[in-house]
Amino acid sequence: MDLAMIWFALVVACWVLFAVLEGFDFGVGMLAGVLGRDEHERAAAVRTVGPVWDGNEVWLVAAIGVTFAAFPAWYAALLPGLYLPLVGLLLALAARGVALEFRGKVDSAAWRLRADVVLGLSSLCSAAGIGAVLALATTGLALGPGGAVPGVGVARSLAPLVSAPALVGALVGVLAALLSGAAFLGLRTTGPVRVRARRVAIATAGVVAVVVVVLAAVAAPVAAPVAALAVVAGVGAARRREGLAFGAASLAALGGVVAAFAAHAPVVLPSTLDPAFSLTVAGAAASPGALQVISVAGVLVLPGVVAYQAFSYWVFRERVASGREVAA
Amino acid sequence: MTALELSRLQFAVVTVYHYLFVPLSISLSALTAGLQTAWWLRRRSGLGDARFGRATMLVGKLLMATFAVGVVTGLVQEFQFGLSWSAFAQYYGDVFGPTLAVEGMLAFFLEATFLGLWWFGRDRLRPLVHLATIWVVALGTLISAYVILAANAFMQHPVGVALDPVTGRARLADFGALLTNEVVVASFPHTIAGAFMAGGALLLAIGVWRRWRSPAAREEGAVLTSGVSDGPSLTRDEAPTWRLLARVGAWTTLLGGVAVALTGDVLGKVMTEVQPMKMAAAEALYETTSHAPFSVFAVPLPGHAQPTSLDIPWLLSFLATGDPTATVQGIDDLAARYVAQFGPGDYTPWIPVAYWTFRLMIGLGVLATAVAAWVLWRTRRGRDLEPAGRGWLALGDRWLVRFLPVIPALPAAAATLGWLFTETARQPWLVFGLFRTADGVSPTLTPAELGLSLAGFALVYGVLAVVWVRLVLHVSRADLVDLHPDPVEVPDDEDAPVLEPSY
Repeated sequence: MDLAMIWFALVVACWVLFAVLEGFDFGVGMLAGVLGRDEHERAAAVRTVGPVWDGNEVWLVAAIGVTFAAFPAWYAALLPGLYLPLVGLLLALAARGVALEFRGKVDSAAWRLRADVVLGLSSLCSAAGIGAVLALATTGLALGPGGAVPGVGVARSLAPLVSAPALVGALVGVLAALLSGAAFLGLRTTGPVRVRARRVAIATAGVVAVVVVVLAAVAAPVAAPVAALAVVAGVGAARRREGLAFGAASLAALGGVVAAFAAHAPVVLPSTLDPAFSLTVAGAAASPGALQVISVAGVLVLPGVVAYQAFSYWVFRERVASGREVAA
Repeated sequence: MTALELSRLQFAVVTVYHYLFVPLSISLSALTAGLQTAWWLRRRSGLGDARFGRATMLVGKLLMATFAVGVVTGLVQEFQFGLSWSAFAQYYGDVFGPTLAVEGMLAFFLEATFLGLWWFGRDRLRPLVHLATIWVVALGTLISAYVILAANAFMQHPVGVALDPVTGRARLADFGALLTNEVVVASFPHTIAGAFMAGGALLLAIGVWRRWRSPAAREEGAVLTSGVSDGPSLTRDEAPTWRLLARVGAWTTLLGGVAVALTGDVLGKVMTEVQPMKMAAAEALYETTSHAPFSVFAVPLPGHAQPTSLDIPWLLSFLATGDPTATVQGIDDLAARYVAQFGPGDYTPWIPVAYWTFRLMIGLGVLATAVAAWVLWRTRRGRDLEPAGRGWLALGDRWLVRFLPVIPALPAAAATLGWLFTETARQPWLVFGLFRTADGVSPTLTPAELGLSLAGFALVYGVLAVVWVRLVLHVSRADLVDLHPDPVEVPDDEDAPVLEPSY
């Protein structure tokens, strides 16, 4: 196994960590305003991700940055190929991050209401956007020679959004985030929010299982185990085994992302025009010198990153109660 | 407009916008860490002093607000090089990509995770551990700044790179050389010093406003009261903290300003060496000149017939090389040299932009430093500003408080102008001497897509700016909060939180 293949695996690993960790962030963002019936409950729900969401989102920076460093041609084909969807996603993530951070900083009901609305909508758009982008990135773009997607006007990069992979990806992205977010809220809150979150987790798990079974039957048999994991998550929530529910939901997200990237490996970005234009691990890889530099950096740094992120989750391991004023 | 022009405009807009928040994040994280360290040291030695804890909380809130906008606009930067500059990414990704990847892995994770630990961990972490988390954030911002400036320095002065003779693509030859580029060694201290001016000026403005300018302070004159209903109150209890904030901000701005001048001098000399055209453009010096004068201003620009101008003899030669008699290369000679070296083309940047951004950058920086020196001198040894007083000095105070809202904008504007200068005066190059900006744009990107994305950025970034300003004003108006409030008795009823671990 050469260095380029290892880095391909690491890019996928970054996407997995992003999908799993930020997946529940998105779900909590969508659900906080719905499951929280009063300010205390909503604040408690948002607080479960308050200390960790930003660190979770950095896995997207890592995925993109590592792609740029290890596979410049992949980076240079994927990003302009999905130009407008990615810009839309970045704007949704911008609104979301600011809504999360600013929400509790002003003690005003109107301010918090606006933050909650923006948080809910932007979380929905972000989850759908990531789902669509990942689906398109793994099923392929209309890559021409030189890795460029031809086209006219705004349709050049918007048209791929109205395709079966993009729509299914968006739907699965939202459902997976809801399942993961509900399971996380069940695990991290108390009282009524916890009860409602469990109910949402059970219902969403059922929908996810049905959608994935249909998807497996029609297009991708490899996705079948993901349906089983969704069922486990639903059963876990029903039996009040919240850790099991969240673990199964996370594994389902992991399985979905790995299956999507593995389907065409070692092709990293398939061309829907002509397989000759598809980008492969070997064809897109950076020079051995560049791969060595980021390998040294990765070996030195990433274990530490995982360790201090785990420390952060350990520090904030207590359930967030909604029975008291929660400080911003 | 063409896709190239729109791509350049969009890159300028989102990058300049992002950079309004970066200097504040760098300096406010270090200032928060410094203030909390002072609080911790005093608490440990038994000197009860609420000022430092309260100032820590206030600066920390400003940091949280600023950092959030910096994070979400910084994420865009990570994508920009691929979205609209994919040809550059393809040809130079081998060199440029590792810097961005290393920055993400080494610094971005640190900042994001530890800022969350700091803000939410106040009542969970032991005081020393809690203090350590904010220092880690400050360290992360510095690492981030260094690596990103190394990437920029590569564009200014490419080192550590080899070109593949067949594909024309760049290959990373020496990452160590990339990180020790003489340009980044000079631009990093200059940039960091400028960042401290930005954070210092914000604290100065807030401190002076709350202590000497807010309605409560003005109404009561020298008498301090509590319970004023309109506007933020000024209590005898809080006044020392606002004073501390104003003076810490002023010291930071003053020292930052001095450091900016010294490091700017070094950077200017390095730039004269590696990009003589940029410095000639900064002076609009068309002819190669010995004993060159420094043009303070000129209307119209030097090079035109008979400008109205103010020159300082020999100063440009001295600033550029350290020798007042030295010869400084002019634009015309350099342009001819580049044509001979790189083939036919226009190698002259946009001179009026280079000339005026450079001058305004220096002017605004000097002004901010002078304001800081004034505040320090007027509040020396416990003295108060006297905006309501009589005489010339009080008049100065009155002008100071009248223009307080502008003061935080001075270093921010200077930094923006500095970046506009250094990036536009590098043109037509994206990577100096190797790769032209016109060759870097994504090949099939359409003007319609760029128009739509630019509108989207303008709309969302515009709203973010308004909300950020509102939050900063809110934080500036709010009452002070102690870093560790006295423990509150939790009432013994069923509403009391049951803290059980989730996992």
